[in-house]
Amino acid sequence: MVLFEFVFYMFAVVVIVSAMGVVFSKKMMYSAFSLLFTFFGMAGLYVLLNADFVAVTQIMVYVGGILVLIVFGVMLTTKITGVEVKSGMIGKFQLTVGAIVATCVAIFLSVMYMNVDWMTSKMNIEVSSTTGFIGFGLFTEYLLAFFVAAILLLIAFIGAAKIARRK
Amino acid sequence: MFTNIPLEYYLGLSAVLFAIGAVGVLTRRNAIVILMSIEVMLNAVNLTFISFASYFGDTVGQIFVFFVMAVAAAEAAVGLAIVLALYRNKQTVFVDEVNLLKW
Repeated sequence: MVLFEFVFYMFAVVVIVSAMGVVFSKKMMYSAFSLLFTFFGMAGLYVLLNADFVAVTQIMVYVGGILVLIVFGVMLTTKITGVEVKSGMIGKFQLTVGAIVATCVAIFLSVMYMNVDWMTSKMNIEVSSTTGFIGFGLFTEYLLAFFVAAILLLIAFIGAAKIARRK
Repeated sequence: MFTNIPLEYYLGLSAVLFAIGAVGVLTRRNAIVILMSIEVMLNAVNLTFISFASYFGDTVGQIFVFFVMAVAAAEAAVGLAIVLALYRNKQTVFVDEVNLLKW
């Protein structure tokens, strides 16, 4: 299926290029909009991997929630005149060390991924929708973790509102 | 269905994404860009979870992705609140200018 591979490579290129845009662009607003394309590309990859519900949740939570929050953060922490919008890099020494560390991480992860014989199921499992399985799992085996995550979110949002509020 | 693309391709893509995010965390000095890079790294981890879940034929990995997303949302909210409080008090978002606790 040539089309399938073409779609995979397209999403992979979109995700990697936009992630590099997030990290390397000089202006914060460009970073935020590159992040939008990263999130959409990841949602496309999730669809390719048969995870339809997670893909929709990705768009709703990341694009609809976190990205809007980040854009508001960008707007609230820049001067209105737009002089201070740039965000620089740190010094040469830290840049070199960071590049070396990140390259080592990438090489280590890639070598490990390629060399381990991962246990995959040999049959092709045709699942029409994963939503039912996810809901069943969340309300039976992972019920406690589900509630802990809910309480964590509640506490985090109350704390965020408390920290960010003007005295 | 996805037999044409081996599992290692997805894993390699996720490793590259994780490394790009790590570069951002280590080399940028703007706190909000660092938060965005952390989101990129979390997305790379989610991609690993989902590709393993899909190739193993199990949905438990997808359930874990939901917990990662919940923690990511909490982290983004609290992190941006801290950045806003920082900007209000010190008029900067550069992490190397915030050295009150530096010994």
